[in-house]
Amino acid sequence: MSQGTAVAVGKPVNVARFEEYLDRATNEVFSTMMGVGCAPAPGEPAMGGESISAVIGLAGALSGSLVLYTSSEAAMRMAEKMTGIAPEEVDEMVRDAIGEVCNMVAGAWKGFDPSLASGCLLSTPTVVAGTSYELFSQKAPIRILRRYLFETLTFTVTITCEPQG
Amino acid sequence: MSGTTVLIVDDSSVMRKIVERALRQAGLNLEKVVEAGSGREGLDALEREPVGLIVSDINMPNMDGLEFLRQIQSRGLAQGVPVVMITTESGEEHVREALAAGAQGYIRKPFTPDQVRERVLPLLVPA
Repeated sequence: MSQGTAVAVGKPVNVARFEEYLDRATNEVFSTMMGVGCAPAPGEPAMGGESISAVIGLAGALSGSLVLYTSSEAAMRMAEKMTGIAPEEVDEMVRDAIGEVCNMVAGAWKGFDPSLASGCLLSTPTVVAGTSYELFSQKAPIRILRRYLFETLTFTVTITCEPQG
Repeated sequence: MSGTTVLIVDDSSVMRKIVERALRQAGLNLEKVVEAGSGREGLDALEREPVGLIVSDINMPNMDGLEFLRQIQSRGLAQGVPVVMITTESGEEHVREALAAGAQGYIRKPFTPDQVRERVLPLLVPA
């Protein structure tokens, strides 16, 4: 059952499949690179406080972005699980790690769809951290918002995109 | 027996460390690890010292992994040295493009040490 929101207008796109791919991709990245499971979580994402957002641009068959949004606490835990080093604050290592998590989730997500695997290109990740920032993306017919739980921490992944061609 | 000097090219310092750890967990005896944050830095490293294995990301700023491979070929650097690409790109076209550019192996992120072992160690067996 879908626990996120998805809106598709215009070209027919199987958004439920995109959501399923995202769930599988996120769990694959966490279980493989961090040794912990990661599953969809009910509820709305908690906003506010110090946070980190990593953004990957999508081009080619899809035009848009994939954004991973997480609290600083969850980001530091992800970095620790990946590297074996416990950071004391959100530093370069943490930002780098979150960018890579976002990159791998995006790559694994599109890899589940054969047409996207080759036809959709990814940008290098951009990472924003702080307490007061907003990210804006152009309106697009497909918007998927999924909230995930690993250990006791949550984060969200949002895909906003439009099919091309 | 002496170990292998490996050049790891990735714009993420975290990923470079993870690749190094995966290579060690895969059983590779690493004598030295040379790190580069882009294809351009990778070329500079190869100009400075010989290596026995190259592991490179594809999607990087300041010269991506495919252009890095092409430059290695055109400059005659690291002849006979196995090159393995580790990247999030999984499409068959990307794999073919990497192999055509001179890569001998291809590993998709996320990866396990077992996958690294399967793809990398056979390339290092002496002829």
